[in-house]
Amino acid sequence: MDAESLLLSLELASGSGQGLSPDRRASLLTSLMLVKRDYRYDRVLFWGRILGLVADYYIAQGLSEDQLAPRKTLYSLNCMEWSLLPPATDEMMVQTSVVKGRFTGDPSHEYEHTELQKVNDGEKVFEEEVVVQIKEETRLVSIIDQIDKAVSVIPRGALFKTPFGPVHVNRTFEGLSLSQAKKLSSYFHFREPVELKNKTLLEKADLDPSLDFLDSLEHDIPKGSWSIQMERGNALVVLRSLLWPGLTFFHAPRTKNCGYIYVGTGSEERTTGPGDPALKQGAEGWNVQMREDGGWKWLWEVTARSPLRKATSCTQMRAAHRSGSPTHLLLAAPQAEELTNSFQ
Amino acid sequence: MGDPPPAPDLSARQPSSRRSSQVSEQRSQERAQLPPAVPDGVQQMPLDAQVLRSSQEILESQANLQSWSQGASLSPYEQLAMFQAEEAQLGGMEYPSLNRGFPSEFLPQPYLDGGGIQVPGNASLMQQLQQGRGNVFQELESAYQEPRPDLLGQFSMYQREDLQFSASAQHGPYMSDDPALQFSPSELGFMSFSMQVPEPEPRELAVQNAKAYLLQTSVNCNLSLYEHLVNLLTKILNQRPEDPLSILESLNRTAQWEWFHPKLDTLRDDPEMQLTYEMAERQKALFVRGGSGEGEQDMEEEVTETAVPNIMETAFYFEQAGVGLSSDESFRIFVALKQLVEQQPIHTCRFWGKILGLSGSYLVAEVEFREGEEEVEEEEVEELTEGGEAMEAHGEEEGEEDEEKVTDVIPKPTWKPPPVIPKEESRSGTNKFLYFVCNEPGRPWTRLPHVTPAQIVHARKIKKFFTGHLDAPVISYPPFPGNEANYLRAQIARISAATHISPLGFYQFGEEEGDEEEEGRAGRDTYEENADFEGIPVLELVDSLANWVHHRQHILPQGRCTWVNPLQKTEEEEELGEEEEKADEGVEEVEQEIGPPLLTPLSEDAEILHTSPWTTRLSCSLCPQYSVAVVRSNLWPGAYAYAIGKKFENIYIGWGHKYSPENFNPSLPGPIQHEYPSGPEIMEMSDPTVEEEQALKAAQEHALATAEEEEEEEDEDEDEDADD
Repeated sequence: MDAESLLLSLELASGSGQGLSPDRRASLLTSLMLVKRDYRYDRVLFWGRILGLVADYYIAQGLSEDQLAPRKTLYSLNCMEWSLLPPATDEMMVQTSVVKGRFTGDPSHEYEHTELQKVNDGEKVFEEEVVVQIKEETRLVSIIDQIDKAVSVIPRGALFKTPFGPVHVNRTFEGLSLSQAKKLSSYFHFREPVELKNKTLLEKADLDPSLDFLDSLEHDIPKGSWSIQMERGNALVVLRSLLWPGLTFFHAPRTKNCGYIYVGTGSEERTTGPGDPALKQGAEGWNVQMREDGGWKWLWEVTARSPLRKATSCTQMRAAHRSGSPTHLLLAAPQAEELTNSFQ
Repeated sequence: MGDPPPAPDLSARQPSSRRSSQVSEQRSQERAQLPPAVPDGVQQMPLDAQVLRSSQEILESQANLQSWSQGASLSPYEQLAMFQAEEAQLGGMEYPSLNRGFPSEFLPQPYLDGGGIQVPGNASLMQQLQQGRGNVFQELESAYQEPRPDLLGQFSMYQREDLQFSASAQHGPYMSDDPALQFSPSELGFMSFSMQVPEPEPRELAVQNAKAYLLQTSVNCNLSLYEHLVNLLTKILNQRPEDPLSILESLNRTAQWEWFHPKLDTLRDDPEMQLTYEMAERQKALFVRGGSGEGEQDMEEEVTETAVPNIMETAFYFEQAGVGLSSDESFRIFVALKQLVEQQPIHTCRFWGKILGLSGSYLVAEVEFREGEEEVEEEEVEELTEGGEAMEAHGEEEGEEDEEKVTDVIPKPTWKPPPVIPKEESRSGTNKFLYFVCNEPGRPWTRLPHVTPAQIVHARKIKKFFTGHLDAPVISYPPFPGNEANYLRAQIARISAATHISPLGFYQFGEEEGDEEEEGRAGRDTYEENADFEGIPVLELVDSLANWVHHRQHILPQGRCTWVNPLQKTEEEEELGEEEEKADEGVEEVEQEIGPPLLTPLSEDAEILHTSPWTTRLSCSLCPQYSVAVVRSNLWPGAYAYAIGKKFENIYIGWGHKYSPENFNPSLPGPIQHEYPSGPEIMEMSDPTVEEEQALKAAQEHALATAEEEEEEEDEDEDEDADD
């Protein structure tokens, strides 16, 4: 959300129950103004808050005139003193992906992770346990970057691409109409487009190059990872990410008020994947298979194979459990959805 | 085209003077006294000469546009716009119904219903102009007698944005007071046509050609580029946006869009907004309650004895803590709770929190009915379920009948479901309170059914988002017994048990602790407010979790707060199932489950994988003396509590999911069942061949024959014996 319209934005986003206390609000308004001056940003966004066990991180982002240019991210623990975070790299993501659990609130805290590394000692190759230390600040950078790439949202038309390339704020944006506001296709990912170039010419035919230059939320994987609903008697549309619980996007239709805020623990919502040891242990005797579905890697199915019957599927297991008696009936085709829809 | 234009008579002058007369009467009189116009008409207008000269050159060079003196004249675009409007008027001359003047409804026509009114091209236009010009001006004259603001109709396209200007000046700051200038567009049109007539200069011709080209209508619609540019420029000049070049593209687009989407008539409904208005109407009902004269007396009574909590106060404290809903939403919830208290026999009422859903959220109110109020709905629900069971039983009977008909009876499974754990009585344990939910303030409150232990046990195994519809099925593995209302109720029970906390000493156990045995078994389950509670200093509350206690009973793994031996049969069951019991005798006794007793300090809560389950802090570090103590649950993200002095409150706003550092792992199906061991009794035998059958038959016959022979022999023997 824009730092300049912070108070109104917080009011609109308060439906998720995450606000800021009056003292935090006041200090943010003051300090972000200074941030804008000192770092010479064109626009400063208040990005949100990552809840730590001891203290919370308050995050702000500075944008240059080109809205899609790499953003500068700052964090603060007291809303007054801001420190610049380094840009995120893929290396960081790989490194920090092993860290689980909550943030502590101390940026210099070091997570310890033991991993096996192959060490070449002369001719012998042997594995050695190496303790890797990961700074919480690095994890913070990586998580913010992941959230930005996955779920930052902007309504269609709020930005426009100038003929020279850079993306500017559309001053004539007057908000989505009510019918548009209820559709996921009217919202875009606020990041460099990834999926757009994979579209066919036919799909791109109706796009307006100055407005539709970003990926829309419509085809996000997994399907149904957004909750879209009207609040305040249809006067406000709120999108909540189910993938990153805590991210709230709000937009008052027919006005230019829009923005997103993240207040959460910084952990992604997932179900267990097939490689998880817990699953392998539990599914003894069952054949656990991962199913790739358009890049979504957590869809899996459990099947059991027996010499006589071709396959016993999840559906059958459910039926067996329902009746509570051993059956050898083959019911329907294997359906992984039966298991995974507990996520949806 | 070649005809000499009729002399512009006074009728042409008059409208302008009339129009201006409202502004400056003196001037109009001067104008009226001007000598009659000369047929040639070019140099006859001394006042306007300069204007006209420049107006002829409008299209030629931009330099001219810039040199245009702002104070003395209309801006050229304005003139263009007016001229263009006149053209439209002229095009429609065949229709004698122009008496209406320039009502605003007339003007969009060139764009909306082209038909006969559209500009029909340059040549015919000019003919019509020449023929009908005198008439036009007469028409105009009558038109201009309309009240002044009607003129704005000319620019009605942009009237929406123009309103602030229309009040003061006729058309924004560009409209000059000069009466001559006001009318110059028509003169411009007239002049330019008359000029070329005798001997068109090459430059004039070029202008005409260019204009004719611009006036060509587009292939797709009845619009010409000329009209579009005029409207676009008018719009820009009306609105005067900053840096128009950068937004030219979008202005271009919106200008065209607006022509084809005229502002809807006020008589027509805007179907999009219908729901919004309905909701506002509904919420209005909440606010007008008790506003009548009769209500005032009630109000006085209510002030003392209402059960509605002071939501605004708790909202204020939670705002200090940085959580909670906005004050606006809190007040709506407050009036909605007030409505609930009026409708139901409620003794105490509390705002429990908000659970977010996919397409709607639930506002949850926690209430206690007054003593003696029977829970009618509950019984109904039970009847319903019983009815359902009866139906099932009936179905089974039918099935049995069918089975009897079939000769091969399907064997019944030997498996028996585990004994059902009885649910807790209302006003005790997990069912201590009743819960009402609604999606939005103003919508009806729905009562949630009581929770059963099985529902709590299953709710622990699944993780599912709420949809916002209470009757939605909960599709999950393992299957959840009930629909979303039951799941919601189970989650509320779990969250309440885990996160409802109060400062140490606020509640104490009652004096009369009768049954020592009972206490030893299940712990005390009642408490009362401690009248002597003085409040714990905020800093101490923040420093030590030992100063906070749970005031809700822990839910045992069984799904109840007080343990019940599942193997203990009720009397009815004993009668029914004596035979079964004999078989079950071998089952070992179930170990009693014991949870922490009521009012246990938080410091004794279990850790979640090395992280503390609670986080405490001061609401404001800058003014610790006035801040409140805030406790956040790390186990149930979204659960908060605050305390200051003798006040405290709990709230939950979130998805209704428990935190787990590991990924959610759905419980897996049981181990695969073994195939029935294949033995001779189920082996399928191959059918005997004809030879085999014949061989068998032969063998049988042979056997029969030998048997007969033997019999005969025996008979003979017997005979012999008999003979003996």
